Amino acid sequence: MLTKAHIIAWLENTAEALHQNKEYLTELDSAIGDADHGINMDRGFQTVIQKKPEWQAADIGGILKSVGMILMSSVGGASGPLYGTFFLRSGMALASREELNGEDLLKLLSAGVEGILQRGRPVLGDKTMYDALAPALEALSVSLGNGEEDAIALGNAVRAAEAGMQATIPMQARKGRASYLGERSIGHQDPGATSSYLILKALQDAVI
Amino acid sequence: MKKLINAINDVVKEQLQGLAAAHPDLVKVSYEPRYVYRADAPVKGKVALISGGGSGHEPMHGGFVGRGMLDGACPGEVFTSPTPDQIYACAQRVEGNAGVLMIVKNYTGDVLNFETALELVHADGLQVQSILIDDDAAVKDSLYTAGRRGVGTTVLAEKIVGAAAEAGYDLDQCADVCRKVNRYGRSIGVALTSCTVPAAGKPTFDLGGTEFEFGIGIHGEPGRQRLPMQSADEIVEMMVQAILDDGPYTRSVREWDRRNETWVDKTFTDEPFKPGDKVIAFVNSMGGTPLSELYIVYRKMAEMLEQRGLVILRNLVGPYITSLEMQGVSITLLKSDDEILKFWDAPVHTPGLRWGM
Repeated sequence: MLTKAHIIAWLENTAEALHQNKEYLTELDSAIGDADHGINMDRGFQTVIQKKPEWQAADIGGILKSVGMILMSSVGGASGPLYGTFFLRSGMALASREELNGEDLLKLLSAGVEGILQRGRPVLGDKTMYDALAPALEALSVSLGNGEEDAIALGNAVRAAEAGMQATIPMQARKGRASYLGERSIGHQDPGATSSYLILKALQDAVI
Repeated sequence: MKKLINAINDVVKEQLQGLAAAHPDLVKVSYEPRYVYRADAPVKGKVALISGGGSGHEPMHGGFVGRGMLDGACPGEVFTSPTPDQIYACAQRVEGNAGVLMIVKNYTGDVLNFETALELVHADGLQVQSILIDDDAAVKDSLYTAGRRGVGTTVLAEKIVGAAAEAGYDLDQCADVCRKVNRYGRSIGVALTSCTVPAAGKPTFDLGGTEFEFGIGIHGEPGRQRLPMQSADEIVEMMVQAILDDGPYTRSVREWDRRNETWVDKTFTDEPFKPGDKVIAFVNSMGGTPLSELYIVYRKMAEMLEQRGLVILRNLVGPYITSLEMQGVSITLLKSDDEILKFWDAPVHTPGLRWGM
């Protein structure tokens, strides 16, 4: 069972992880993008964390929705609307929840990933955040279906995201600015897949 | 890095303050969220035209707000797209009961932020439409890339559709004119130097002292190829050939379907230029190339177009869609018909473009 405190800890962990990996993400992005992913994500989640006092009165769905709105208005680039939509949709799927069971956890991730699919229309292998998120969702769904505990299932999801992130290295980008590099995008890990992994890892760290 | 700036975080805000201070008769600025809007907005009964994108391309887009062009412009950080809350607030501010048309350059960030904003504006019950500009002939392929980027044709579209809106065209008609301009326009750009984004502090890419980059976009992203520096005439020859020899370009574009309130995929094909075509020719500086060199480019371009049987009816020469202080030039050719020409000639009064009034 995940409580509201877990969700708040997740968001704090995410802000911390993105801040620590700001340079790393920007470095990944400078190889195949426009060198601002770390800067943008850090700015977004630092803005998110400033809203913490307002979360006392909110339920989990409300918190996630407000995170989505903040990311949408503070990140910019392609990541802003994509991550913004992820949190907005997961929040909408969990309206007025004060705690989450395994099924809710699956809802959180599936609604968020569905939002990203609708907004960005990625397919597997495009070398995007979806290449980390889709395997994570699949692993979570299978684990929970097998009756495994939330924390175990989440661990499996994070491992799948990590593998998906690493699998972007040999891919040729077909979306975003990296796509203009053609074959030159091969050999670089996708920054969006990397930040997605970090966000899911932060959730796992909050639950353990 | 040596730039006439104060704090790096204030670059966009302070340039907007300057724009507002210099042109109080034409534009006003909202700082939270950030957008530029016509001083007399909303104009009742007129389609409201808005655009936006990363800063660093001045005068586009904020400098094109005014009579006969844009009603609103949403600037992001330097080379970073604006966010949906800005675009949403801008649309609300300029909407004059005849709907809102968004002109969006084809960059993934711009597209996703404008799509999100369009849904927010639609949810408020306003009539809203967006048209993508994707005219960069340097990008050959749309299947394995995000498609052609939006470059020089954007400036021409904002002028022409702005005049159409001013003349009383409704939202569907304005959207049709905008689609036509995009279909008729093609561009190609070259860079002789990179540019320095203030927040980065160093040039975006390294270009040797004896090389130039062919087929660039407007953010200093890499082009089609890097070549040894050549004479102006040789470079212009490559550029004009790249546009005139460019075959049909077919791509699928996501457009908002107002009647069914959903996104639909539409396929459009741009036909190549052919002898006898009448064009508006636009020679643009990327920011660091002086007018003297633009005219050297124009001279060769005009000579080549004449040889190929194309007729230049109008032209625009100067820095209108820039990449900060980058040295470089882009050429845009827009096939023209009576409707396009009429709206091109119509009066316009903005900080960045003015004639006829």
